[in-house]
Amino acid sequence: MRNLLRRYWRTLTTPSKFYSLGFLTIGGFIGGVLFWGGFNTAMEFTNTEQFCVACHEMRDNVYQEIQPTIHFTNRSGVRAICSDCHVPHNWTFKMARKMQASKEVWGWLFGTIDTREEFLAKRKELAGREWERLKANDSLECRNCHEFQSMDFTRQSKRGAEAHSKQLSSGDKTCIDCHKGIAHRLPEMAGQQ
Amino acid sequence: MRFKITGALLFAFLTSALAQHDPLRPAVPFDQEPKTAPLVNAENNDRKRVRSYAMQPPTIPHKTDNYQVDKNANKCMTCHARTRAGETQATPISISHYQDRDGNYLADVSPRRYFCDQCHVVQMQTDPTVKNRFQDVDTLIKKQTKK
Repeated sequence: MRNLLRRYWRTLTTPSKFYSLGFLTIGGFIGGVLFWGGFNTAMEFTNTEQFCVACHEMRDNVYQEIQPTIHFTNRSGVRAICSDCHVPHNWTFKMARKMQASKEVWGWLFGTIDTREEFLAKRKELAGREWERLKANDSLECRNCHEFQSMDFTRQSKRGAEAHSKQLSSGDKTCIDCHKGIAHRLPEMAGQQ
Repeated sequence: MRFKITGALLFAFLTSALAQHDPLRPAVPFDQEPKTAPLVNAENNDRKRVRSYAMQPPTIPHKTDNYQVDKNANKCMTCHARTRAGETQATPISISHYQDRDGNYLADVSPRRYFCDQCHVVQMQTDPTVKNRFQDVDTLIKKQTKK
């Protein structure tokens, strides 16, 4: 075993016999670009709505529910897709979330949510996880679009301006505290809030 | 005899159709599609409105689009519940909403009062299709005393 490791170490540390320095540096650079580009493209593909609703769990449940809400259809046609709210935009946190999502692949493989009933039974747990995540990161995914600095209270309704100028600005509350169920139907809320 | 009855029914039906029996349907023949009025947004100015009579369920002075009121959740109660009214300054629901049909007071909103929009509705700025001739009791009393 030790000999095997030593042999590999020697190969790694001795200069190349056949390939030129130019080939190794330029080739390495191009290879790196191709690898990184490919990796990122593949990861971005898993961020598309098309990818998310390819599974019936998403297509038949949560995707149906977002359609009448303002995040899917509205006067100006700007809309949020799944990953805008459920995946952090920042690279490191995005990677962390993507690794967590491997659990969802497991659930998909073994059919954890195969029917509407199974989804409804699990809804509270799933929603609770997202609420907790948004509470912990101060509703980061909301704030990617809804910037507090750009909110014009005079353009909001009286109730909205009141809540945003007091509870949101002081940091007492974060978006998700009041705006639960904004894009999907709520689970059993007894004992919540 | 039977023919006479069906004939009379048919006649009544035809005349009522011609005389625009349904006031909500514009005077357009049944085989044609009437032009519908454009949709209007609900008033959203948070100004309480006057009730037309004492028992009238107050109308909602804000929009309630996509408010979820079902077995799982009641969006209205996040502000209008007794416990939340202090924080939100919303009108708390009346004590009558805690009573069951036998007049017993329950700990929470009574199931028969749970679905808010059965009685409380938003208001829109539109021309009413049907004219309203309602007069409240104060107007009637005033008229009587004037006579």
